[in-house]
Amino acid sequence: MSAVPLPQPTVPGFTAERFAAHLASRHAQPAWWLGAKQAAWNQYKALPLPVRTDERWRFSNITGMALDGFELPSEPAAAIPHLPDFPHAAELTFSNCQIVDRAKTILSAELSAKGVIFAPLDEALRDHGDLVRQYFQKYPVALGSDKFVALNHALASTGALLYVPSGVEIALPFVVQHTLSGDHKATFPHTLVVLEDQAKATLVEFFVSVEAGSAHFASGVNDLHAGAGSHLTYVGVQNWSDATQAFQSNSIAVGRDARVLSLNLHLGGRQARHESHSRLLAPGAHSEMLALTVAHGAQEFDQRTLQSHNAPHTSSNLLYLNVLLDQARTIFSGLIVVDPDAQQTDAYQSNRNLMLSDEAEASSLPGLEIQANDVRCTHGSTTSRIDPEQQFYLESRGITPALAHELLVFGFFERVLEKLTDDNLHEALRTFIQAKFKKL
Amino acid sequence: MSNLSATATLETATAENPVVGIDQSRGDFKYDVAYEFDAGTGLSEKTVRYISSVKKEAPWILDFRLKALKTFLDKPMPTHWATKDLENINFDKIRYYLSSGQKPKRTWDEVPADIKKTFERLGIPEQERKFLAGVEAQFDSEAAYSNIKEIVAKQGVIFANSTEALREHPEIFRKFFGKVIPTGDNKFSALNSAVFSGGSFIYVPKGVKVAQPLQAYFRINAENFGQFERTLIIADEGAEVVYMEGCTAPKFSTSTLHSAVVELVALKGAKIQYITVQNWANNVLNLVTKRGVAHEEAEIKWIDCNIGSRLTMKYPGVVLKGRKARGEVISIALANDGQHQDTGAKMIHAADETTSNIVAKSISVGQGRSTYRGVVHIPRHLKGCRNNTECDALLINTNSRTDTYPAITVRGDANSVQHEASVSKVSEEMIFYMQSRGLTEAQAMSLAVNGFINDLASQFPMEYSVELKRLIDLEMEGSVG
Repeated sequence: MSAVPLPQPTVPGFTAERFAAHLASRHAQPAWWLGAKQAAWNQYKALPLPVRTDERWRFSNITGMALDGFELPSEPAAAIPHLPDFPHAAELTFSNCQIVDRAKTILSAELSAKGVIFAPLDEALRDHGDLVRQYFQKYPVALGSDKFVALNHALASTGALLYVPSGVEIALPFVVQHTLSGDHKATFPHTLVVLEDQAKATLVEFFVSVEAGSAHFASGVNDLHAGAGSHLTYVGVQNWSDATQAFQSNSIAVGRDARVLSLNLHLGGRQARHESHSRLLAPGAHSEMLALTVAHGAQEFDQRTLQSHNAPHTSSNLLYLNVLLDQARTIFSGLIVVDPDAQQTDAYQSNRNLMLSDEAEASSLPGLEIQANDVRCTHGSTTSRIDPEQQFYLESRGITPALAHELLVFGFFERVLEKLTDDNLHEALRTFIQAKFKKL
Repeated sequence: MSNLSATATLETATAENPVVGIDQSRGDFKYDVAYEFDAGTGLSEKTVRYISSVKKEAPWILDFRLKALKTFLDKPMPTHWATKDLENINFDKIRYYLSSGQKPKRTWDEVPADIKKTFERLGIPEQERKFLAGVEAQFDSEAAYSNIKEIVAKQGVIFANSTEALREHPEIFRKFFGKVIPTGDNKFSALNSAVFSGGSFIYVPKGVKVAQPLQAYFRINAENFGQFERTLIIADEGAEVVYMEGCTAPKFSTSTLHSAVVELVALKGAKIQYITVQNWANNVLNLVTKRGVAHEEAEIKWIDCNIGSRLTMKYPGVVLKGRKARGEVISIALANDGQHQDTGAKMIHAADETTSNIVAKSISVGQGRSTYRGVVHIPRHLKGCRNNTECDALLINTNSRTDTYPAITVRGDANSVQHEASVSKVSEEMIFYMQSRGLTEAQAMSLAVNGFINDLASQFPMEYSVELKRLIDLEMEGSVG
């Protein structure tokens, strides 16, 4: 395992006193919500830490997890990092778990008139409590991180609700920014997206550490609901510091003839685990699950996915691409489950690992559980290096080896990036990836 | 799965499961045998000491067994990943050792009449005459018959059961015994190490290429019995050997346990091919650990075909220990109603330029469940290692089930691994076309299924490949419509 020293605890971790203080600070919120938080806290305390013999944690460096010594920040940071800017419908910015510049981020009158809601979680609980209650963790993800999901519920204060009524189509993306500043700070973002029938929207979420050296803790959860015939695009950009312990759990529920595209870019974290569960709930549902990871140093990226085909005539397509440098480790563990009556399922799952170092390690566990016979299910997993001929060609044209690597990595990533139809968004992601290569 | 000859009748075919019943009827008979040696029911230190004493074993073997018993008792059932069906095993109700003597006979005439009848009915002596270099026929715990052709023996080939081999050739076998699969590898390898009996120990000297296959046949005759054979095959530098095993048991109302340990050692440049056609009755729990070590430029190939048993858990592996070693697993599984074929492969790359190939095809019929489980491991600092894995599953009925659980770990940028799997059904167009040419639906289905495994079946020795096709025809009968 990596020889990187574990961050030393400076303050006690998530204690009962801290939870009580957090709960007290939210006394004005609905009783059902506070009750749910208490129940989640109890669950967090009751659940054991992951163990090696749990198949859902196979290959994970469990002993390397750093959970202690983090605190929920109470003040926004002095500086908010400048993230790539692109045209967007509206933006919510959280700095150290506080909403900032709220006055500037009020939704346009036009969208409000259409019934669109885009509000921080606290406001949503105040103004649209029933909506939150209806969809909050309606479909939980059970891929191993239950304990950290429970912690998210218990301590969630930041996050957003995006609600798009029937038939409303919004071309420009909604943006949510979570940034952390200062050492040993924690955040528990919870984002809820509800698209009613035939609605169309894009949400982009950024998770960023301000200082590269600060140790952070993040446990985020998303509930994405796509109603019949709706189109939802979700993009998550994770660029925590290299000293961050990160968990993220995405629940994707896809209704009849709906399409959801989720793309997660993983760049930061000392140890970052990402779980994503798509449920294809009615005929015609389609989920496109995409991820790009650049792993360097002693980073560990642990990705667990589940494609549940609960209804006939559904399709899903998963493509997870990892680039590994230095002593980095990646784990991909995916499962396609086809229920007994989910005939005519078309499911695909692919994990490709590009090794740029002799010390990096990639583990791949592409799984299938099929209980219907009239299906098309395939998966593939490859692990290999850059084609030496391609590299030689680029170098023979005067391109440095490092730049050749970067170009070839973009070539490798292009099949995922090209699925983003929004060029500005495409460019924003490239900027993040390029910035990571510049640091190396 | 012995029925290579066409002589025996199908008089005992039962109607309780018309699909499974047909092929398994061949082995579904038993004769009452008076056993001279019986370790009784249940497992304790006494059982282990009994087995060791009737075998007149050296003290180190008894120590090995007793340590293994402790390991077995300490280890939990691997149900955190494996099927809960394992919890149905009641170790206290199993008979661990039954035999009519420890020394196998060298001619069929000396074999006790009722045991001989069993093997004749299974066609073993006939096959031996036809195309085998040597045969060992195990009846419950011990080999009733063991012989190799003189010409092979003269080349220095040793072919004996585990008791004989450890007593008479410890200098050859002790060095590798329990080294490829250590006692504590898993709960069932520990169980086998405590109570093992029978199996084949083979040594092929340097440069000797055994022209015809050696065969072992495993027969379970007694109810509530556990068969725990132990096989160790050593191919010295440049040697080559093909080993085949078959097995049958009568269908009892209670479940039977078969838990073997098979270790292969291919020294520099040697080649071992190990062929299994598993056709246990569908009440047998078949929990087998099989692994080989391939040294420099050596090659180990497992051809593993699982048709019988209630539950099979078996993942033949190769540790590629020397430069340019090669490992291959060809796996065919057919799971019918009430069966779970949990099979796969393990490839552990431990030297540069080692290559491995896994091709697994499974067919699930009715409510049968087939599972592929695999491990491919390429640790750091190795160069030029390659693995290719292909898993294809065919689902015949709407309620058939298949799972795929591979685990691939690669370190470094100088190796390449690819894994592909697909799940499909027999295409309706294909069936329609064949029906339009005058075939019945069942014939068309059989043809399609045989087509699905054809490229693998052709790697079996001819007799086995023909037999396999026949078995699939029978299994497919009644599966459509």
